[in-house]
This record gives sequence, C-alpha cells and structure tokens, in this order.
Amino acid sequence: MSEKHRNSIFHPTRRQALAMMGLVGASGLVMPGILGRDKAYAAPPSTPKGQVIIGFSQEPTVFNPHMLHIEVDEGIHFSVFDPLFNVDPDGKFTPALAVEVPTVENGGISADGLNWKVKLRDGVTWHDGKPFTAEDVKFTLELVVDPNFRSGRRAGHDLVRDIKVVSPTEITWRMDKPYAPYPSILASTFIVPKHVLEPEADRNTAPFNNAPIGTGPFKWVERVAGDHIELAANAVYYGDGPYLERVIYKYIPDLTVLYTQFKTGDIDVTGLQWITPDHYDEAKVLDGKDVVIVPGATIESVTFNMEKPQFKDVAVRQALYFALDKATIIDALYYGLPTPTESYMPQQSFYFNPDLPKHEFDIEKAKKLLDDAGWKPGEDGIRAKDGIRLSFSNSTTAGNHIREQVQQFMQQSFKDIGVEMTISNLPPAVMWGEYWMQSKFESVVVGINFLTGPDPDTSDYFLSTSINAKGGAGQNTSQYSSPEVDTLLGEGGRVFVPEERKKAYLKIQEVIRNDLPLLPIFQYATVRGHKKGMTGFTPNVNNRIDSWNVGSWYWEQA
Amino acid sequence: MTRYILNRLGQSLVLLVLVSMIGFAVLNLAPGGPLSQFALTPGMTQADLDRISAQMGLDRPLIVQYADWAWRLLRGDWGRSFRDSRPVLDVIGGHFGATLLLMGTATVISVVVGTWVGIKGATKRYSIFDYTATVGAMVALSIPTFWFGLVAIYIFSLKLGWLPAGNMYTIGDGSILDYAKHLIMPALVLALVDVAVWSRYMRTATLDVINQDFVRTARAKGMTPRRVLMKHVVGNALLPMITLAGLQVPTLLGGALVTETVFTWPGMGRLFLDSLGYQDYPVVMGLLMFSAILVLLSNLAADLLTAFVDPRIRLT
Repeated sequence: MSEKHRNSIFHPTRRQALAMMGLVGASGLVMPGILGRDKAYAAPPSTPKGQVIIGFSQEPTVFNPHMLHIEVDEGIHFSVFDPLFNVDPDGKFTPALAVEVPTVENGGISADGLNWKVKLRDGVTWHDGKPFTAEDVKFTLELVVDPNFRSGRRAGHDLVRDIKVVSPTEITWRMDKPYAPYPSILASTFIVPKHVLEPEADRNTAPFNNAPIGTGPFKWVERVAGDHIELAANAVYYGDGPYLERVIYKYIPDLTVLYTQFKTGDIDVTGLQWITPDHYDEAKVLDGKDVVIVPGATIESVTFNMEKPQFKDVAVRQALYFALDKATIIDALYYGLPTPTESYMPQQSFYFNPDLPKHEFDIEKAKKLLDDAGWKPGEDGIRAKDGIRLSFSNSTTAGNHIREQVQQFMQQSFKDIGVEMTISNLPPAVMWGEYWMQSKFESVVVGINFLTGPDPDTSDYFLSTSINAKGGAGQNTSQYSSPEVDTLLGEGGRVFVPEERKKAYLKIQEVIRNDLPLLPIFQYATVRGHKKGMTGFTPNVNNRIDSWNVGSWYWEQA
Repeated sequence: MTRYILNRLGQSLVLLVLVSMIGFAVLNLAPGGPLSQFALTPGMTQADLDRISAQMGLDRPLIVQYADWAWRLLRGDWGRSFRDSRPVLDVIGGHFGATLLLMGTATVISVVVGTWVGIKGATKRYSIFDYTATVGAMVALSIPTFWFGLVAIYIFSLKLGWLPAGNMYTIGDGSILDYAKHLIMPALVLALVDVAVWSRYMRTATLDVINQDFVRTARAKGMTPRRVLMKHVVGNALLPMITLAGLQVPTLLGGALVTETVFTWPGMGRLFLDSLGYQDYPVVMGLLMFSAILVLLSNLAADLLTAFVDPRIRLT
C-alpha cells in the first residue's frame, strides 16, 4: 500500500542540521559534489564491473513508464529508459535523448511558449539494436493521451498538438496554451520504442510491459515476481556509465528486515522507505556503511477543510498555528530528523521563499488572538462564536503510530487554548479515497509532495478551480480559494524564464503562509544507507527515487 | 462410490459460487478501491482517477462487474493483475513454487519429527522425554513465529554468520546447496510450530489406541513391544491424522505470511497480503478461488483416503 508517510521520517538534530547546511551551501541545494562522483574519488572502471543490490520495501510491478504506477516503479524506469532530458539535484535540466534542453534562449521554445523544437541525439539504439528516432518521441507523446491506454497523469501532454517529425533527429510541436511546468513533466517522460509497442493491439497488456526495452544504461534481464528484478549493463549506452555489470532491485516487504539485510550485507543500498528513524543512531555507526540524511520533497502539515465553519476565520487558523508545538513534535516524536518549515515548497527548490515569518509556539498569543476575534469560552471551556463551537475532528492513516502520537499531542495543546480536537483515523484506502479527495474531512495530518519534479507549479493544490468537491478536478482538498493566488498561479504557469517565474511563487508562498489553509510542520528527511565504496550515490530532491542516476554508480576500486 | 464423489463435487461447485460471490462483494464494498493509493501521487487529479477507473471498468455496477468476471472465469480466463497486468494464473504460479518448496520441507520435517515425538511421548508416558516434549510444545505454540524467526536471524546470521538472513537463493548462484542453505532457517522455524501441533495430536491418538483391547491381546500373545507398536498401534493411530493432514493442505499451500515476510521468501502468503494491500481484485479473487478449490479437494481426498484405509468406513 502506498502509505502516506511514504517519505519516511527524517531529520537531523540541530548540530547535524548545521553540519548539513554547511555541506549544502548558500544555495540550499543538495550537495551533488560531495555525495556524488567527484575528483576526490577514484575514477570509474573502464568496463562495467561488479553488481549492486538495492532493497525496496515495495515491489516494482509496472515497467511501462507511462502506465499508472507508484514511485518505486520509477526505480526501474530510470534504469531502463531515458527521458529527453533529466533534472539534476540543483533542479537544472541536463540533456539525455535530446542534444540540448529546449529553452526560450536557445530557440527551442518560442517566446510565447507555444512552439517547441527538440533536437535529438543521433546514433542512439534501443536495447534490441533498433535505432532510436524522432518517431519514438512522437509515439510516446501520443501514447500518453491515447484514450485506450491506461496512463497515469496526463497534465501537460494533453496540451500538445501537431507533433511533426522534421527529421530522424528533430521533432516539433505546438502547445494549446503556454504551460511552464511542461519541461519538468518532460524530464520524467521516458521515451518508449514505437517499433515494439505500436503493433500491439492492446498496449495495456503488451509483453513489453513485463520485459521493457529502453535506451537507458541498463537492460532488462528478468523479474522473479515477489522477489527481485535483474538488469544488466547496456554496453553501448551513449551517456555516462554504466559502470556496473548488474543492478538488482530486491523486494523486502518489511523495513526491519530491510535494515537487517543491509546490516548483514545482503543488500548494498537501502532504497525506498529507507532506514526507519528509530534505527538512525545505530545505523550511523555501522562498520563499512555510509549512512546519510537526505531531505525529501514531502511536507507534513495539518490541513484544514476551509469550508467547515470552524475554519473560516483566519484568526482560528493562526491561533492553532501558535498552539502547535513543532519543536517537540520533531524532536520527541520524529527523532529530531525532519526540518521545520513555513512553506509547502521544499527548501532545496530554486523557488523556495526563505523569508516567510518564523513560527512561534506561544499559547498566550493563541488565546489572545481568539479572544480578540470574539471566540469566547463556553461553560465547557470550549470557545464558540455565533453558535459555532471550536471543535473539530482530525484524521490520518490509522496505524501510523507516530502521527497518532502527534495528534494526541496536538489535542492537548489545542485544549489549552479552548479548542476541542477529536481524533478519527481511518484505514489508508478509506482515508485517501473519497474522504480526502471529496473533502469530507474536517482536518487531517498529511504528508504531501506538492511539486511535480522541480517545477514550482501547485495549481492542482491551491487553484480555486481544482476543488473536486465543487466540481473541479484537482487535489485542492482543503477547498482553499484565493483570487490572488489564482492570478499568481496563472502568471507563473505562463512564464518560461525561471528568474522571472520566481517572483510569482515567492508571493504565493507568502499568501499561503498568511492564510494558513495548512499548518506546515516540517519537511521530511530520510535516512539512507549504502555500503562503503559505493560511489555516485547522489540524492536528488527533484526525483522520487534514489536510483535516478544508477548509470553513474560504481564501486571504488581497492 | 462414484456417486458419492460426484455428489461431493456437485456440492463443492455450489460452495465455490457462494464463496466467489461473497468474496467479490466484500472486496468491492470495502471503501477506497484500487485507485485510492494514487490519490497523493504528485500531479494526479480526480479527473485522471475517474478516467482510469472507467478504463478499468471499475465504474460499472458491481453486479455487472461480477457477471463479467464470472463469465470470463467459466471460459478459463482468470483476468489480469491490476498491478503488473500479467494473467492471474501466471502471478499465482510464480509464487506457488516458492511456497511449495518452503511448506513442503517444513511439513516433511514436522510430520516425521512430530509423529516420532508423539508416539514416543505416548509410549513413555510421564517420562522426562514426555514432559520435555509437552512443555516444549507449549512453548513453541505460545511464542509467535516472527519472534522465533528474528531470533534465529540474529543468532545464525548476524552473530555467527552461518546462514543467510533471508531470501530463497543468492541471486546469481541458485545451486541446490545455495537453496538448501537458505531453506534451513525458515523451514525449521515453520516446522517448530507444526511439530508441536503434530506431536500433541499424535500423542493423544496413540494413547487412544494403546489402551484398547486388541493391543492388550497382542501383548498377551507374546508379541514384542516394538512389533505391537509398529504393527498395531501406529497404523491405527495414524488414521485420524489423515483428516488432520487433509485440513492442513490448504494452509500449507496458502503460504506462511509471517515467515515469508521475515525471511523475504516470495511465497503465496505475501502475494495475498500485497494483493490485498493494493486492492488488486483479480489476483485476490484468483487466490480466493484457488484456495477454496484446494480446501474442497483436499477434504474430499482426505475422506476418500480414510475410507480406503479404514475398512470400517463406507462412503455412500
């Protein structure tokens, strides 16, 4: 089950946080030079050598990258396939199947954002030896919006019109309207082979889906269902690497067992769901292992249903924020690993606003805010105004023990300011089904990755037309509605030059911080381990999976 | 006899239909559905979810979905997994071998050892051996399997380094010796509980027989105790065990969820749990039908076998 605390918990104590910030540097970006391949390390081998076993706590099962899938499946997609261009840890695009990343500057994208031209790499072959051409790119972009094909999200692709193959190495298309997030979407759009998939009558059940053929650094070997997937080096890969002969993705369904097998050396790298925070102290001193803290893009928050009468008054939301003891939650319940935050935007993002007002935990201020706003305590000590009692329920995934403790803790603090919070948790399938999507909750504790890759667009979450409960079709489940944010999101979505776009998103974060449709608690961080000597392991907050650059991994030679 | 078998098979069919209906209803009525896990996927919108739901036919009335499923099944089409879009029978088949190997080994160990311990306990009643076996069985039954498994991994893998901490084989090796090394711990951990169960039943069954008149007669006519035991006691004591074994077959093939998880063994138990977790209806239904058929067939087989070996029983 794709659990909602999927980006396991994580985060440094204050001292570690300082050390990390030192590493991260002024840009606030994740240290590619330090964890990645660097001159300080030995050079990679001239021919692929050795193997690496990566443990995942969920089983990858969807190998056609355009079918509905969960994040763990992307581990395989990144190994077997290539997009037109990748996104590096700094959020910059780097060419893959494209020769250069199209921008307004280099003429790849017209100034109005409507006309695109992409030059493709020559001489690339599919794993079966057939040449890769612009026809494959056209086929891929059409497949995603094929009404008979069970694709996942289609945002952006549904705006593409008039795809033209100019030559085997050049393709152009027109966009129905300017859509600035599209480069980020393309960075995770893996190109699939036309010659394999086109002849299939039903592409949902094609043999390709269980034996993918790509252009990536590793070729498919086999899958032993329920156990592992084996990939082998693509000797004729055009890009960096591969330096490993074999990559094995091992499915280990239990996180304690995953950690045990990491300790015994049965797996070399702890992949998705990683090492649980309670094992961090033990893990960091393990012999022969490197254990690092890696920030994720997921933000943990208390999210309100803004249509409930209790939450319509901004003073209530602000008072609850004052009464939220973040520091204790992070230190006592999350082992001090996550980073407190004021924004829904990951702190590593180019678009992050570092100047938002800092949260204070202050019960007296909270009380005063409510007093001033006219919320008077009733006989039972619970405040009320105009017949509305300040009482609400809070829900999250039942069985997520840390979150349940967070709820109990909040319940106490809120009671101190005369607010009653009841806890009503539900099993995951119920919680994140209609209850969440159709805004039937009053408030929830939830971890959300608001971004698609490195792009700052959050229209799905904050646009007033993205409210499902009001006939929209997005993820704005808090039913947040702000004309100002609507306008800013519209502007940001049309501008293709990052420096110019940034202004809109800094402002949006400010408005959201002020309106508080959600109380940001922290940004997740995860504990990831790998065997010493494993080089090239580079965290990338813009991708959902550790092995996004597995082609560049190698064992340091003795 | 033929009529009896046909009758039983007929009843089984009715049962299977009922099981499938109830199973289908319960699965589909559970809130959420197979798509709810994608709700928090970045960029996934309600519009996407609605479209996919329609593509998968999940928006049709439940009764139509059931009829569709049942009609396909009648024609031998078990459907395809929602997760990896492979045919359900392939998915089940892929896990069945692993379970058969693990459970088969564990069962052989537990039947052989359990029978021996049970008989010995009964013939040497109230001896130190009997008390030890009784207490041992109680301990084995009261301690959860996952704990045994984790302790075994701690001692033999982490501390001593003798045995691998899990998995069915070393990827890239896969020799018989390699399989055997991986099999030892999970098989023994599983067998431990089964030995406890089998030995208790066997002890009781043996005690039942041992006090019967014909055994006394056999002893009186001067047979050696060993011959009495082998010729008269054991054979008769094993009779009720056939029914017990019949009941155990489905559990056996259903896999051992806990042990499979602790030792990362890719068997049926884990498949079932994973498929349930992802609400992969076709696979869950497939597993349900598969195990229902197993239960019915193994019970029938046990009854027939009992009738065959016990001349006192006539099936009509």
